[in-house]
Amino acid sequence: MQNKLKSEEIALRIRRRVFEHCIKNNGAYLSQACSSAEQLAWLYNEALNIGDSIMPSIPENFSGVPSIDNKQYKTGAGYNGPVSNEFDRFIFAPAHYALVAYATLIEVGRMDPAGLLMFNKDGSSVEIIGAEHSPGMEMHNGTLGIGLSTAAGIAYGRKLNKEKGETCVFMSDGELQEGQIWEALQVSVYYKLDNLWAIIDVNEQQVDGAMSEVLDIGDVRKKINAFGAKCIEIDGHDIDAMRQAKKEPHKDQPLIILARTCPYKGMNYLKKRFPRLHYVRFKSEEERNKMNIEISKELGIEPIEY
Amino acid sequence: MIEIVNKPYSYTFKNYASKNEKILCLSGDLTSSCEVDEFRDEFPNQFVSMGMAEQNMMSFAGGLSMSGYIPFIHTFGVFTYRRPYDQLLASIAYPRRKIRIMGFLPGITTPAGMTHQAIEDISIMRTIPNMTVIETGDATEVESICEQANNVDGPVYCRILRGSVPRLFDTPLKIGDIRVLNSGTDLLLITSGICTEEALRARSVLIDAGISILHLHVHTFKPFNEEKILDLLNNVKLGVITMENHLVNGGLGTLIAEIISKHGLSKKLMKLGLNDTFAHGGSKQYLTKYYGFDAYALIKSIEKFIGQPLNIEEKDLEKARIENVHSLSKAEAL
Repeated sequence: MQNKLKSEEIALRIRRRVFEHCIKNNGAYLSQACSSAEQLAWLYNEALNIGDSIMPSIPENFSGVPSIDNKQYKTGAGYNGPVSNEFDRFIFAPAHYALVAYATLIEVGRMDPAGLLMFNKDGSSVEIIGAEHSPGMEMHNGTLGIGLSTAAGIAYGRKLNKEKGETCVFMSDGELQEGQIWEALQVSVYYKLDNLWAIIDVNEQQVDGAMSEVLDIGDVRKKINAFGAKCIEIDGHDIDAMRQAKKEPHKDQPLIILARTCPYKGMNYLKKRFPRLHYVRFKSEEERNKMNIEISKELGIEPIEY
Repeated sequence: MIEIVNKPYSYTFKNYASKNEKILCLSGDLTSSCEVDEFRDEFPNQFVSMGMAEQNMMSFAGGLSMSGYIPFIHTFGVFTYRRPYDQLLASIAYPRRKIRIMGFLPGITTPAGMTHQAIEDISIMRTIPNMTVIETGDATEVESICEQANNVDGPVYCRILRGSVPRLFDTPLKIGDIRVLNSGTDLLLITSGICTEEALRARSVLIDAGISILHLHVHTFKPFNEEKILDLLNNVKLGVITMENHLVNGGLGTLIAEIISKHGLSKKLMKLGLNDTFAHGGSKQYLTKYYGFDAYALIKSIEKFIGQPLNIEEKDLEKARIENVHSLSKAEAL
């Protein structure tokens, strides 16, 4: 499903929308939009072969967790289209990027902008940390590290079913500190899951700050290649590079694209806060106002009214 | 003489799973230890070797379920919840995936010590929303476990007995049911898993000593048949004794205590099992005796419970069934 807009334009709109939300709500996972906007725009606009959303454009309210008494429970996967032999399946692993995911769904026409007004409101399914029932999500990834294993299981099943569609995971580099990721790589390589691929937002950030200062994980590309997967490293803001990377042959291997990104890309003013970028909350009204003026300028919009 | 059945899980799983190609047999590097090696050899296309990587195995199983398969996970019980607890919740329990977790070596049924002995699994599993929790107590129950577990609309955890397993029952396990093994009016004795066999060894001697025992065998911890227990609780004079191959906190004994208090019943309860302690490595006979939940410990506890001596000697009990730790029916000494 190709949007009329270019992926680059969608990426800019994602940044604008997340920024607007951040200013209006006095805080947000803002730097994640800076680092991942191109990747998510490219995934939804070009890379993923997925059908139209089968969910209401304004998300329904939370209607209970899955239980024996609530078999009608629906995940948010329907925003990524129906499950079918042909279509790709998409797992969104870093659940704290939820705001960026919702903004993306809006910019590619899968969710109504009004859906974002429900963000983090009591009783809403548009949760701050993406839940299974949140738009675009299919599982609880708030516990980082389970996405790749799950996708590997799906990919294995789809191979058995001889399905055409691929399974894709969007990940963030912080979760590479979790041992489970490496277990998942072992299994994906052992079972030659070449219908599985991942793009990882390598923004080198985690909650406590820069990964190099919290727990440096070294040369990730070398490690993933040593595990036997096909690993390609690109500039994560260069959509052409993504297109090329996805074309790399990876017969009998999963493909892992490391998208090296900048956590304040498109909002250079945010650099002032480096390396405390995990969650941007303004320390003062003055800071909020200043950031509004400066970053709006960078994004080519009028300052946000709030 | 009790009939001893050799590896009932092995043929049960093979017969059941080979008829449904959507069932996948997952193993965490414990394939012969969980008696699915014959299945692996005969049905390699339905076998997925997951290696020693339980965190991945749980989430991977979730993914298989999301692509239309029914994973039966095979490993030791402890390895299904201690290390991969987070994955168990997020990838299996919350989304109610139809995943069947077959946990081997329940409680002290292994000489491999603390790391291998699942002594708190029932406690943990039964507090997880959406989880069904079953424990097999004899060969007939093992023979019915695959079909019963697979009928559950949601995830299931099963304690499986392996190797030489006695046949105590002649009717299959039915999830949600409770077996009444003997009727009586003095004491309500509730046992589960291997403790039922122990209790059976003591029961005739106790009855001869004039104790009227209402004996129940519990295999389904969740959903628990509260009505049936409640009804029977009201039928005994002296109180209740539970005996389980598990910590006395969180499992069978606690379940009964919850029901007694919930309904405001005035019944004394004695809980036999591992009393807030880890165990160490040893034989089943040695460990159940050491920790006070073998047949003779049951008799001594009943004496305490009713406050009178029963004058029963250990030799009065039917001869204990002694298992050869290195018997051919086990893959290794563990």
